[in-house]
Order: sequence, then structure tokens, then C-alpha cells
Amino acid sequence: MAEITKKEIEHLALLSRLSLSEEEKNTLSQQIKEILNYVEKVNELNTENVTPTFNVLPLGERLREDKVDNKFDSQSLLRNAPESEGNFFKVPKIV
Amino acid sequence: MNLEAVIGLEVHCQLASCSKIFCSCPTKFGALPNTQVCPVCLGLPGVLPVFNKRVLELAIISGLALSCKINNHSRFHRKNYFYPDLPKAYQISQYDEPLATGGSINLDGKKIGITRLHLEEDAGKLMHAEGASLVDFNRCGIPLIEIVSEPDIRSPEEAYAYLTEIKAILQYTEVSNCNMEEGSLRCDVNVSIRREGEGLGEKVEIKNLNSFRGVEKALHYEIERQIEVIKSGRKVFQETRLFDEKKQVTFTMRAKEEAKDYRYFPEPDLLPLIVEKEQIESLKSQVPELASQKKERFMKDYGLSEYDAKILTSTKEMAIFFETCLRSYDKPKIVNNWITTELLGLLAEKKKKLADSLVKPELLTKMLLLIDDGVISGKIGKDVFAEIFASGKDPEEIIKEKGLVQIKDTDSLYLVIDEVLSENPQAIKDYQEGKKKAVGSLIGQIMKKTMGRANPELANQLLLKRLGEDI
Repeated sequence: MAEITKKEIEHLALLSRLSLSEEEKNTLSQQIKEILNYVEKVNELNTENVTPTFNVLPLGERLREDKVDNKFDSQSLLRNAPESEGNFFKVPKIV
Repeated sequence: MNLEAVIGLEVHCQLASCSKIFCSCPTKFGALPNTQVCPVCLGLPGVLPVFNKRVLELAIISGLALSCKINNHSRFHRKNYFYPDLPKAYQISQYDEPLATGGSINLDGKKIGITRLHLEEDAGKLMHAEGASLVDFNRCGIPLIEIVSEPDIRSPEEAYAYLTEIKAILQYTEVSNCNMEEGSLRCDVNVSIRREGEGLGEKVEIKNLNSFRGVEKALHYEIERQIEVIKSGRKVFQETRLFDEKKQVTFTMRAKEEAKDYRYFPEPDLLPLIVEKEQIESLKSQVPELASQKKERFMKDYGLSEYDAKILTSTKEMAIFFETCLRSYDKPKIVNNWITTELLGLLAEKKKKLADSLVKPELLTKMLLLIDDGVISGKIGKDVFAEIFASGKDPEEIIKEKGLVQIKDTDSLYLVIDEVLSENPQAIKDYQEGKKKAVGSLIGQIMKKTMGRANPELANQLLLKRLGEDI
């Protein structure tokens, strides 16, 4: 049975810059534990001599020619942002 | 207690492709914020990265120039961290299967190992405004290589030399313009202190280094600090520190994340990078003669000193300038003298780079031919050269405009000589009493009267004749 401590939940929340209430921490640790246990099933298989599969295609990356195409105007892209200022995306103050 | 510093460097270098690493946005420097972005580099949902062929070629050329082994099979990973300069909240980078491994460079006989060279994308740029931060994603997706050295470096000076050499190699191979002001070359430092015979101490990473001199200074400070800590019986902690260029100190930025906090995992949107042997072989021919090889050749073929050869090959453009001059003026040592004294002197004085200077090889060699032909003296040549430097004008034109043509006709020279002699009876007397040195001061005055335009040999000859010598 996988265990996940409250400290680990807090560490993950910090890495994701999420602020969690005590209640959320409890719920999440329960849920993540269940997910981990579910996935844990895979570990029952012996994969010692199996190369990990990252992609199912037996191919290498297809490459693109180095050609410039700058067809998007910034205003239409900035419209997707919750906040913008001039030509900038605006985010909560960092540092 | 014998303590020594163990230093490793990470150099990030922008590759000179026209478009970004995974999308077709331009990479030009200095564009207005967020005008070189698209859904791919902004990390909008549903987009897919497609790797740039030219970026791969440039990275392979870099790897070869650094004597690395180019791996036939490499892979991209996602490096996860949450910061607003990274819209996807992960950076596509390489992890345990980098493009190139096991290289080295030579620093005056000492070998510094290169652990690895890998590909990654750059992040955006944050500006901190009142009450908010503003983000420009133009740099997001700019192709970078990261070059990681072995911890073979032992002193700040050696770190400086290493960086200079890496930059020279990357510039020579033309994979990057290596412009630090534009951020196309950046460097992080890892340093720890080791007691002789023991394992490595805890290492400290220093960021925010904007120049090679800055790296050197930060290392001086940091090594000193760590030695103090150890000598006082305390322990050095693993952390990331920032360098304050003004105060010349390093200070704690944050306790360093461990590699596992980046939660690297294989990038599912990109297939493995397969590089065929044939491609590596064909790119090998594109690795040009590097600075160190050029230096050796300049010494051997042109008979230059190591010192001069090193200056001339310190940048590729300087070496090209030199060799272009030789095509129309085959006296390497003379060309070398004019470049290393006059040209470099003026560049330093006016704080200019060779590329922005108006002096072209044709202009310099044309002037050198005019000196050889006796049209102007070497001394006047310096003034002409300064004028070429200032205006980019043709030397012939400058000479005509300023009336700098050498005076070589006997009659005109006699006029001046007679004038000088009549003003200096004492010098004549000295000469006749055997003080042959008096000639020097007389020649000096002739030169002064002609503003340096008198042909020195002829003036000397005629003066001696006037003084009664039989020549």
C-alpha cells in the first residue's frame, strides 16, 4: 500500500504554487493515495529486461525546415490572457 | 588544512536559427513584446511542437567542435517548474539521453572535460512592475544548447579562460553570435570546496552572471566565503546564490530544488531524436578551422609570434580581416603591426567593435601600398589611417584632400633645408666640429616644417650634401 504524507502533499502544492486548505490536503492525500495504489498494480509485473516504452511509434522525430512564419498578431493572442497591459501578459507580482 | 576549489560551469548558448526550436516564430532580437509568439510557444492547449532541422544541425556542429560524441539516439524530457516565464509550466529539455556527451577543450595544455551538450528551449522574460509582473514570451522557445563542463576547473581565472575559449569556439563555428548583452550566451556556476584527498563538498550554484569578468569576480568572492565557513567549523549548504555585481558579493536566492522536484519525464509530444552516422559525417565537414588551429597556422605560415597570432585569432572576424588584407598585400608582419597597434588601439579608444568600424581590409592595404610606393611616409600613414577609421574614406582621397603627399622633389626640399639651416647656425657648427648627432635635430625641424611630408631618406641625403658631405 502506497502512503502519502501530509508533508508530501504540502511539498507538491508548493511546487505547483497551490494554496490548499487543511481539508483539501486531507482529501487530496486520500485521493492521491488511491491513484497510487491503482497504478501500483503495474509494479507486480517483472519488467527487468523490458526497455521502457515512451512512444509506440517505431520512428524518430520528424524535422521541420527552419522557416519563419509569424502570422499571429499579438492582440488576438493577448485576448486569451486573464490580464494584459500594453503588449504584455500581466501576472501577479513575482519576487 | 589544504583546501581547493572545484568548479563546474554550465553555458547556455542561443543557436543561430531563423525560427524557434519547436515553432516557426522568428528569433530576432529586440522585437516589441509578444510579437514573436504563437499558440505553440505560448503553450495554448492542443498544440504540438515540431523540432527544427537547422537547430539540430547547429547543435551537432557545436558538439563536434567541442570534441563530443554525438549520440545516435537522444530524447526530449519535460522539466517541470511553475513560474510565469514558462507558460506550459514545463521546459522541454533533455535529461538522461542528451544529444552529445564526453567532449573536452584545451586550455594551454590543460584539458577541461565537457560532460554533455543538450538541447532545450528558452523561457520568457519577466519585468517587475508596480503591483504586478509583466511577461514577454518572445524568448520563449528560442533554441538553446546547454554545455556542462566536468568539475575540472580549479580557479576563477581558469573559469574565465574556459568561457573565453568556449565562446571563441562557438563563434568560429558560427552556431551562435554569443552576444551576452542580448542574452545569447549565459552562464551558471557550480562551486564547492574540497579538502585535499576527500570527496566533494556541498556545491553552491551561482546565477545572475552577466559577464565573464562577473563570473571570475563572483567565484573569487564565493570561494573565499566557503573557505571561511569551513575554517570556522561550520558547514556549507547546498543552495542557489545570486551575484550582486555592484556590491561584488553573492547572496542566498533559495535552497536549491533537487533534481527530483523537476519531475522530469519523457516528452510525449516528441519522438526520439535519431541522428544517422552519415549526417554526422557530412556535418563534420562544416566544422571550420577553430581559433587554436588558426593560431598555430598563423605562427607557422606567417612567422608571427604566439602573442600576435593569439590576438589576431581572438575573434573570427579579426582573423578574416587579417587574411583578407594579405590577399592584396602579402607582408603579414606589416599587416599584423597595423592591426594590432593602430586598428586595435583606435577600436579600444572609441569603444567600437571591428564589425562596426569603417576600416575595411581594402582601405588598409591600399594605404600600405601608398606607403611602399613612397607617396606618403609611414608616419603620415598613421594620420591617414585614423582618418580612414573616422570616415571610411579612400586613403588616396584623404591624402589629396589634406595635401599629405610626400615631398620628393629636390627643389622643394632644398628650399626647406636652406630655411632650416639659416635658422640654425649653431647646429651647423656642431656638425662641422664632429657632432654628427646634430643632423637628427635638423631633420626633425625639416619634418616639422613640412608637416611630416618630406621623404625622410631624400631629405637626409640632401641635408648631408648641403653640410658638405660628398655623397
